[in-house]
Amino acid sequence: MQEWKNFKGEKWKNNIDVKDFILNNYTLYTGDESFLEDSTDKTKNVWHICEKLKQEELKKGVLDIDVDHVSGINNFDPGYIDKENEVIVGLQTDAPMKRMINPYGGIRMVRSSLEAYGYTWNKEVEKHFTTYRKTHNDGVFDAYTTDIKLARHAGLLTGLPDAYGRGRIIGDYRRIALYGIDYLIEKKEQDKIDNEKEILDEYNIRLREEISMQIKALKEIKAMAQSYGFDISKPAKNAKEAVQWLYFGYLAAIKENNGAAMSLGRTSTFLDIYIERDLQEGLITETEAQELIDQFIIKLRIAEHLRTPEYNELFAGDPTWVTESIGGMTENGQPLVTKNSFRYLHTLTNLGPAPEPNMTVLWSPDLPENFKKYCAKMSIETDAIQYENDELMRPIHGCDYAIACCVSAMTVGKQMQFFGARCNLAKALLYTINGGIDEKKEELIVKDFKPLTDEVLDYDKVIKQYDKMLDQVAKTYVDAMNIIHYMHDKYAYEAGQMALHDTDPEKLMAFGIAGLSVAVDSLSAIKYAKVSPIRNEKGIAIDFKIEGDFPKYGNDDDRVDQIAVDLVNKFITKLRSHPLYKKAIHTLSILTITSNVVYGKKTGTTPDGRIGGTPFAPGANPMHGRDTSGALASLNSVAKIPYTNTCEDGISNTFSITPNALGHTKDEQINNLVSLLDGYFKQKAHHLNVNVLNRELLEDAKEHPEKYPTLTIRVSGYAVLFNRLSKEQQEEVIARTFHEHM
Amino acid sequence: MSTCKGKFNSIETMGLVDGPGIRIVFFMQGCPLRCIFCHNPETWDKNAYTFELTKEEVLAKIQRYQNYFGKDGGVTFSGGEPLLQKEFLKEVLKLCKENNINTCIDTCGYATDYEEILKYTDIVLMDIKAYTKEDYQKITGNHNIDLSIKFLDTCLKLNKRVWIRQVIVPGINDNKEYILGLKEFLKPYSNIEKTELLPYHNLSISKYQKLNIPYPLKDTPNMDINKCKDLEKLLK
Repeated sequence: MQEWKNFKGEKWKNNIDVKDFILNNYTLYTGDESFLEDSTDKTKNVWHICEKLKQEELKKGVLDIDVDHVSGINNFDPGYIDKENEVIVGLQTDAPMKRMINPYGGIRMVRSSLEAYGYTWNKEVEKHFTTYRKTHNDGVFDAYTTDIKLARHAGLLTGLPDAYGRGRIIGDYRRIALYGIDYLIEKKEQDKIDNEKEILDEYNIRLREEISMQIKALKEIKAMAQSYGFDISKPAKNAKEAVQWLYFGYLAAIKENNGAAMSLGRTSTFLDIYIERDLQEGLITETEAQELIDQFIIKLRIAEHLRTPEYNELFAGDPTWVTESIGGMTENGQPLVTKNSFRYLHTLTNLGPAPEPNMTVLWSPDLPENFKKYCAKMSIETDAIQYENDELMRPIHGCDYAIACCVSAMTVGKQMQFFGARCNLAKALLYTINGGIDEKKEELIVKDFKPLTDEVLDYDKVIKQYDKMLDQVAKTYVDAMNIIHYMHDKYAYEAGQMALHDTDPEKLMAFGIAGLSVAVDSLSAIKYAKVSPIRNEKGIAIDFKIEGDFPKYGNDDDRVDQIAVDLVNKFITKLRSHPLYKKAIHTLSILTITSNVVYGKKTGTTPDGRIGGTPFAPGANPMHGRDTSGALASLNSVAKIPYTNTCEDGISNTFSITPNALGHTKDEQINNLVSLLDGYFKQKAHHLNVNVLNRELLEDAKEHPEKYPTLTIRVSGYAVLFNRLSKEQQEEVIARTFHEHM
Repeated sequence: MSTCKGKFNSIETMGLVDGPGIRIVFFMQGCPLRCIFCHNPETWDKNAYTFELTKEEVLAKIQRYQNYFGKDGGVTFSGGEPLLQKEFLKEVLKLCKENNINTCIDTCGYATDYEEILKYTDIVLMDIKAYTKEDYQKITGNHNIDLSIKFLDTCLKLNKRVWIRQVIVPGINDNKEYILGLKEFLKPYSNIEKTELLPYHNLSISKYQKLNIPYPLKDTPNMDINKCKDLEKLLK
């Protein structure tokens, strides 16, 4: 085939196998960043328009909303930013940053977002979703149990995807570029025929319906591309087409779905193969190669969804988690770094720092030194990169996995995830003490428990009752997740994204923990100090008297760190005792994104001395200011939380250090950051957000936002424009431990 | 096994500016000098230590961080003045070298009998207070420079790697003449790899208040970082 000229390997030609294609054709790059080129005038023009629109949007909340159409792969006319200068085309709606309505998840969200921004929904369209059909949200509430509703009401379970798209699914958008749409349709039709041999039970009947929806979606993607003047039925024949074809796949996903995290996958090394072929043949220059990537990244930067202000409280800064995974190693120990890995990161220079796409470097100590140094340099300059341990994930997922959202690994096109928000384990500990009564609402949330009435809390008794409490919580949590994903498949199925997966891929159901460090320090206080609850007239512990000191998580002290390890092991074991919808596999994350602020607000005073309402530490971070033994001790504590077999959906840690503490000169800072990442990941840690900045800078940005329009910081698993955080969230970020040098 | 224990004030698990690479820094208790710009007055009194550790315990702590050291990093014994605890320092450095850990001491050189210690030291951070007898006396609380110069001479004789550090204080040594004089003074020492100028800051003022010690530089402003960088260029 002409499109595959000069491409090596056979296996990928006979079956869909993008990984085999990459391994046979990519060109390892071990050099430095000196080959990189500036952005072109075309790129500058397009980006300039977007920057102006972004500024306008920041003032208005949203730029515009299309109230006459609803989400869908081909429901909008083609749109452009600046047609003459756009090298890569395609927008979610017919105009840049005009948001669309996605009612399939639930119309309550649609209504309150429209109301918040002063828009009115087209009555005819609205009627379809109020009169003629049901949404995911309706379905979920038809099936929710009393226990789930109570847990949700009290904030024991929060952020459940029961009113909007679940997201966290990564389509293998590369398949369109490599094979063309027609071949993908052909394969799906074959899968449907092959399935006829199976016993047609409920599982297979549903699968057959899904394959049919996927085929329809593929045809819609083709028609959508056609509306922009491209025929994507055949494979891409050059670099420009490869980027464009791949982007059409991703674009279809964000036209069809409004999931919290709509991640891109692992595309840079794949696309490098096309760019390298064109460079070899003299068809493009390095400047043109960078232009393709810059323009592609611009498109990813302006992807948006319609959200409510309450949603923003949980996940601040309008994030979309267009996560792109860069680097990593092959299973044979060769780095997957190409020149295109550099080009992607270079967009942070060419277009300036920005939170999206969520640049994620899959780290291994064996990555080329030049690449490691370049990443460290870009981290120091932009605070826009997160790092995850390839040495932990590769053995589980092989070498063609990608990160969805912040820390969720899945093999591209072969695994998908059922996203499950998180459970507040600090609150569950208070329920243990208070017999299932919520300390804030003073209502009974978890039945059949007696309060602990001892004057001084007894560690063994607390642990025993906490264990039973977690049994109950795990049951409620699993029930909620099974209902949510059953209904999501039924009412808001992601046909376009699932069409870019193998038929019937492996499913991971991702549970989560919030408040880990608070729960752990509280247990440590009960064990090593003397903790006496102060109860109100109803017998609810609303405060705690703590006598004596106790070891705190974040100081590399096994006495308390082991409590954390035991707690996560215990919780995943309890979750695993309940079978899951569609035979999914249980996974667990320690990740809060910015919801640590809201979780803290909803949780009363805890036995570790944390005052009620104070934000939790984000993700698996030690509680603010309690990690007093230096940065490495703090990192070592987090590194002890087991990833393999326990927290396989990720363990998020956010790390802030002042530039002066990192080293005297830029070179020293770069080398030290590289050693730090090597060391942390050799300790078997999973994830690190790196911020290199001064607290004073953030304080100034809080007072004078206009001075810092592009100040980007890593929060928990994603980057955000500092100005887009609420005052409360800004204060929480400033209060975090900064590792500094006196 | 030695029963001798080291007396410590604190540990910084991530020192990135006390020697090459990432280092765990042990702040040892006790110092013979009373420098006017000292930012660790809590380490002066040798009996006021916060904890004691055996050399094996020190090694175990270091090894918890060995993964981060890369090719340059390791351990730094700082203070206070580590050479005040000679016997322990020698033992612990020897143990570190037996375990392939890069070792560094951060010292003012105001000591005697340290040849064996230097044998187990990969790199010396020499906090040079001044290069003239008068200035040295003024800064260190009336001590004699001779011991420190002898220390520097010994490092040269043993061809030890040395990094010089000089605190720059406004109104005392933040001038071109002083820096050029320093450059001249250090010229014969071919073993010096680099000289860092550290800008004086008054962040430790609260420590003095807590210890009820009058703050010697209470009318001195912080050293301007950029001016300090400019002075550093004169050394090149």
